[in-house]
Amino acid sequence: MSSVAQKKGFGATLWDWLTTVDHKKIGILYFLGGGFFFVLGGIEAMLIRWQLHKPNNDFVSAGLFNDLITMHGTTMIFLAAMPLLFGFMNAIMPLQIGARDVAFPFVNSLGFWMFFFGGVFLNISWLVGQVPDAGWTSYASLAIASEGHGIDFYAIGLQIAGGGTLMAGINFLVTIINMRAPGMTYMRMPLFTWTTFVASAMILFAFPPLTVGLFFLTFDRMFGGNFFDHTMGGNTIIWEHIFWIFGHPEVYILILPAFGIFSEIFPVFARKRLFGYSSMVFATILIGFLGFMVWAHHMFTVGLGPTANAIFAVATMAIAVPTGVKIFNWLLTMWGGSIKVTTPMLYALGFIPSFTMGGVTGVMQGAAPLDYQLHDSYFIVAHFHYVIVGGVVFAILAATHYWWPKMFGTMLNETLGKVTFWFFFLGFHMTFLIQHWLGFWGMPRRVWTFMDGQGWNLANLISTIGAFMMAIGVIVLVINVIITSVKNVRVGNDPWGDGRTLEWAIESPPVYYNFAATPLVRGLDTVYIEKMEGNESGITPAEPIKDIHMPNGSFIPFLMTLGLFIAGFGAMYRTETEWGLPVLIFGLFFTFVCMAARSLKDDTGYYVKKEEILRDMKRKGGQN
Amino acid sequence: MADIQVYKRTPAEQKLAQRRAKQSMRSQVMMFSLMIFLTLVSFSMVVAYQAGVAGFSKYFIIPMVMLFAAVQVALQLYYFMHMNEKGHGVPQMFMFTGALLGFLIPLTFVTIVWW
Repeated sequence: MSSVAQKKGFGATLWDWLTTVDHKKIGILYFLGGGFFFVLGGIEAMLIRWQLHKPNNDFVSAGLFNDLITMHGTTMIFLAAMPLLFGFMNAIMPLQIGARDVAFPFVNSLGFWMFFFGGVFLNISWLVGQVPDAGWTSYASLAIASEGHGIDFYAIGLQIAGGGTLMAGINFLVTIINMRAPGMTYMRMPLFTWTTFVASAMILFAFPPLTVGLFFLTFDRMFGGNFFDHTMGGNTIIWEHIFWIFGHPEVYILILPAFGIFSEIFPVFARKRLFGYSSMVFATILIGFLGFMVWAHHMFTVGLGPTANAIFAVATMAIAVPTGVKIFNWLLTMWGGSIKVTTPMLYALGFIPSFTMGGVTGVMQGAAPLDYQLHDSYFIVAHFHYVIVGGVVFAILAATHYWWPKMFGTMLNETLGKVTFWFFFLGFHMTFLIQHWLGFWGMPRRVWTFMDGQGWNLANLISTIGAFMMAIGVIVLVINVIITSVKNVRVGNDPWGDGRTLEWAIESPPVYYNFAATPLVRGLDTVYIEKMEGNESGITPAEPIKDIHMPNGSFIPFLMTLGLFIAGFGAMYRTETEWGLPVLIFGLFFTFVCMAARSLKDDTGYYVKKEEILRDMKRKGGQN
Repeated sequence: MADIQVYKRTPAEQKLAQRRAKQSMRSQVMMFSLMIFLTLVSFSMVVAYQAGVAGFSKYFIIPMVMLFAAVQVALQLYYFMHMNEKGHGVPQMFMFTGALLGFLIPLTFVTIVWW
């Protein structure tokens, strides 16, 4: 358990990663897992666009097309965007508040493995050949009628992954409430920490409805329930409500951390403190709150009646106000700053117009009467890709470049980074801008193919070319990552030179106990304050060096999740095979045994000795 | 490993702590009697309705009993589960947010799903 680099065999390294409870390593695991599913979802997107590049194309069958769009949406939201953001939250947020780990390291590990096994469960559907095909929203009328085990994979896979997300959210909440360094008041927290906090609170309130909805769906499909079957007194609309009560907050859970990432990047590269910090915090909380009041705007055409539609339309448009506050604050942060156009800053600059365009089309759809025209057309597809790619994915790519040195200790190549940006940025606008017009011209979303002579041919071809440009951008990024890792040029504490928050005052990557001594925080942008006052290290310690209590690694989270994974297959094949029920019982029993093992066996962790910390500090030349 | 620190209160601190405890005890007894009183009122209202006493209609009693219930929940949380003490700001915020959503969502279901 020494931080001194030592050669370890492959087996020992693997065991280390399987049992780790270190937030930085779990952050990297989330990053790798999310990255894998991002590539998978991207390949699905390429197949969709290739199918639509010309009229009457028969590259994929209609059924396979439904599989592809469903899995593309589900994978990108649940298995790519969220885990990638969780990766950054895990790796960076504890550093930003001066903590040594998250509040519950064991639960953190459990959350990761549940996400990973849930994602694997969902994607095993491709190997079985029965794939979810009712869209990522999986509306009950379609989902109940879907044949094969596709929707079962969806319901159980998301149930497992969703449990992991809920745990991660609660963990972040407790961490931020309880583990801030001395002096780190709420109003001194960096914006990324704030958005992590609000997004985690939203997870706390939004994921239980998803859990309930998925249980209903599971029971309807596998255990003879009738929650959504109107012939048995159920109601299919209930699923839509439950899904969007979860689903709308979910999109804010995605975008708020993205806002946080850009709020970190703008001040650093404009070399100016964030404009309107308190209004940024207020806007974040307000968006989080309003995010729960607007779900029915996804259902205007269901026939809720004019009163309900009007209420939800007004609430929807209200969200544009705090979002506008944020946009103007970012612009004013750059105003008069000495801007360095690095790769993360390029993404931030590209984000503002892209996301604003997505926001404006969102307000258009928020107008209920207009939404009757836009509903289920390509306009909708264009809108949500503008906010999710133009907002969330840009933020993820920006954060990848921005925090890469902090997570891995090397610097991604700036030239290749800019090449990635331009391919991705131009490809993105080429793909999705034209889709607004495709919507106006009447092309419905989720269609397998279209006929010639409707004026859609050229627009679809342009869109497909753009999509492949985005793919080239991502491939350049992967090449960049490989080159950087092979060269392995180590960097110092603050490779960007203008770091303002605590993570830039410790080495890259940080030692496993993060801070030799817990830092004292004296204001917003604490490292910047220390530097301005002549403290080169950027940190004032709040306490003397002493023994540090650390948690032990554990293999139990992996096993616990494995039990749920096995139980999932049992539940799915319960009625048609003899082994289904025993496997279901065995899997759940296995999980309970693991839980009992965890509860009954005390694991009090271990101490990092003061001498070891002093030795580490000496090796680094006395720097913290 | 971790040192156990023993802290001895000064006489002044001890006195203050005792006074606080006494105050807390007094308010708890008061609130307890108030809660019993509210329960009695609710109970007798229902009995009065069943006995057919004039003026005790269903539309009066149900909202009143609900209101009393809400008051009792609040008293329980604040006086017996110590939410009125310092350092409970964050749990309060989460509880109120949860209560608000827990109220709002069933309300929409009642009004626009099962109208």
